[in-house]
Amino acid sequence: MKIEILGMGCQKCKDLDTAAKQAVQELGVEAEFSKVEDIKQIMKYGVMVTPALVVDGVVKATGKVLNKDDIKKILK
Amino acid sequence: MLQEIADFLVYQGLGLQPDSTLGGAVNFFVYDSMKIFLMLTIIIFMVSILRSYFPAERTKKILSHKREFFGNVAAAALGVVTPFCSCSAVPVFIGFIESGVPLGITFSFLIASPMVNEVVVIMLWGLLGWKIMLIYIVSGLLIAIIGGWVIGKLKLERFVQDYVYEMKLGELDIVEQTFRERVDYAWDYTKEILRKIFLYVIAAIALGGFIHGYAPEDFLVQYAGRDNIFAVPLAVLIGVPLYSNAAGVIPIITALIQKGMSLGTALAFMMAVTALSLPEMIILKNVLKPQLLAIFVAILAVAIIFTGYLFNIIIV
Repeated sequence: MKIEILGMGCQKCKDLDTAAKQAVQELGVEAEFSKVEDIKQIMKYGVMVTPALVVDGVVKATGKVLNKDDIKKILK
Repeated sequence: MLQEIADFLVYQGLGLQPDSTLGGAVNFFVYDSMKIFLMLTIIIFMVSILRSYFPAERTKKILSHKREFFGNVAAAALGVVTPFCSCSAVPVFIGFIESGVPLGITFSFLIASPMVNEVVVIMLWGLLGWKIMLIYIVSGLLIAIIGGWVIGKLKLERFVQDYVYEMKLGELDIVEQTFRERVDYAWDYTKEILRKIFLYVIAAIALGGFIHGYAPEDFLVQYAGRDNIFAVPLAVLIGVPLYSNAAGVIPIITALIQKGMSLGTALAFMMAVTALSLPEMIILKNVLKPQLLAIFVAILAVAIIFTGYLFNIIIV
């Protein structure tokens, strides 16, 4: 599984990153994380409001800091 | 109801005398704090539910290829209901431009969004009354409409950073949420905002109460009254670096108004705090060439100062 956190480095992006890592750990799944801070890459996904969560190339949420339980539901 | 609770807490609970200066000040503080936080909780929650129906992707579609003026009006109104924080200003700007929202209309959106901010509006209502809140909202929207319209008329498209026009925006489907999800999101958001502003607001209400109780009457008339013509531009200048404290500024403004600051000056100050913020300018520098950024700031500053003078003249 490939998890990308989209955002230009604001506090909310860091919070989402932390929550996603916790979710992955608690589910015990393998995931490769990356932060996407380049605006061109962010726009390619059609995302205008950050932070956004992208799983295997699919945009799952934009503009909000999901908590780890929400992320677990998405990852399952 | 709230007043009775405040009376009970302060006079029975703390044992302060109702007719003492301290008792009065503490009562004022407890009552205002309860009122403001109750209003903030209820209204932010309701606004968040409303906002979940206006994601930026939908706003962008509504505004794309809109004609000037009507487009500016729509953009200013949508700026109020579209959830968006200044940290997303760059992708929102690029997304709008790329999908054919005219430059001036994009600016109407970018001006209205931070200026008519729900926290600011609620606090103005709670502390200064609905009339002043309404004056703030209407003049804020007018500044956004006219400011964006002027930028559109000036044909400044060449001063947008060139790379913006080369961007390709991917398609993103708007996922319809269930009502339950909207409620959950709204509640999380309300808690997040309250947590963020809690200390500022408490400190500011306390400071406001202190000024209210202890500063001599009219001590500001000389400096910030309507007769000092430098008060408005100075207030705007002081407001620029205070962005993150928008919520905390209002209780202090309230106390200053009671001590002689004129209303137009106070309004101009509030608008500078919310709309002319330094961090937002730094973010917008990523998409605007310096010339356009300077024009944007100048138009906003002139509009805000004009509004300040206008209300200093018409409100006695």
